[in-house]
Amino acid sequence: MSEVPTVLAAEFPPGVESFDFPSLIPALEGTAWAAAFTKVTLLVWIAAAITVIFFLVTYRNPQLVPTKKQWLAESVYGLVRDNIAKDIIGKEGARFAPYLTTVFVFILVNNLWGIFPFAQIPPMSHIAFPMVLAVFSWALYIGVGIRKHGFLGYLKSSVWVSGAPLWVQPILVPIEFFSNLLLRPVTLAVRLFANMFAGHMILLVFTLGGVALFQAESLFIKPVAFLSWGMAIVMTLFELGILALQAYVFTLLTATYLQGSLAEEH
Amino acid sequence: MALAEIAGNLNAIGYGIAALGPGIGVGLVFAAYIQATARQPESAGLTRVYMFMGFAVIEALALLGLVLAFALS
Repeated sequence: MSEVPTVLAAEFPPGVESFDFPSLIPALEGTAWAAAFTKVTLLVWIAAAITVIFFLVTYRNPQLVPTKKQWLAESVYGLVRDNIAKDIIGKEGARFAPYLTTVFVFILVNNLWGIFPFAQIPPMSHIAFPMVLAVFSWALYIGVGIRKHGFLGYLKSSVWVSGAPLWVQPILVPIEFFSNLLLRPVTLAVRLFANMFAGHMILLVFTLGGVALFQAESLFIKPVAFLSWGMAIVMTLFELGILALQAYVFTLLTATYLQGSLAEEH
Repeated sequence: MALAEIAGNLNAIGYGIAALGPGIGVGLVFAAYIQATARQPESAGLTRVYMFMGFAVIEALALLGLVLAFALS
């Protein structure tokens, strides 16, 4: 009891280094490949496996009267297809539903690691993972736009604000170019990353802060530790809402960008 | 002799200021949604998507502040 918390309390103001994990393969420690296989990457692999296996198993033998698992898969797919893809993109949206559903479920499972006992770290709190997902979405909506309007047509539709007076265009075009074609994937990645990073940081602050308070010399400060741990529990529940919301928002914004690429001249 | 001494990182104050605008913005988004829903409850499902979209776009500003607070330290 006396030794373990001492180590924890030394880590009390949690920082960026709280997100670093040692390599699971000891031989790789210290080499350039140290980050290749850590707890975080293991969790991403498991999340990918869960996503793939879940949909494979539930759709292997579809019944007219759905089984429980099939019902779950179909409701997730139906939610994304009807409430995100079709609502935002329109009729054409149904063909993007598989991609959007996969992204949604993958991010959701990944984020759930953040509050899952013993995992307790959301892999998306390392910016590399959201970055890759954002680049996928970015390539997809640009590709779809180019296929629909042609290269120049898409470029024009995404940077040219029709209806604005001609003399404002020199100001608008660079802004639109910057925000529509360059900044979108950045904010997509940063939003997911920062939410998970901040969420994990909040949990660390309350949990480790509780330990630090409990170890305080003064008897009047010690009981405050329980308040801090109680807050950690409340924040875990809050985190559950945030992580589902972020998976939803990522999918929603991808759909919005796709809709922008597919839209006729506006 | 210094009267008072403050230790720590100025980035924390910077992030506090950076959170002001998005805080007001997110508040306005939800206030508008509640008002819209109160006036016309049938539109709740229609406007919910836009609420989340607006929320996500505004929230990105606060999160950029958070990331930069760590990145620039």
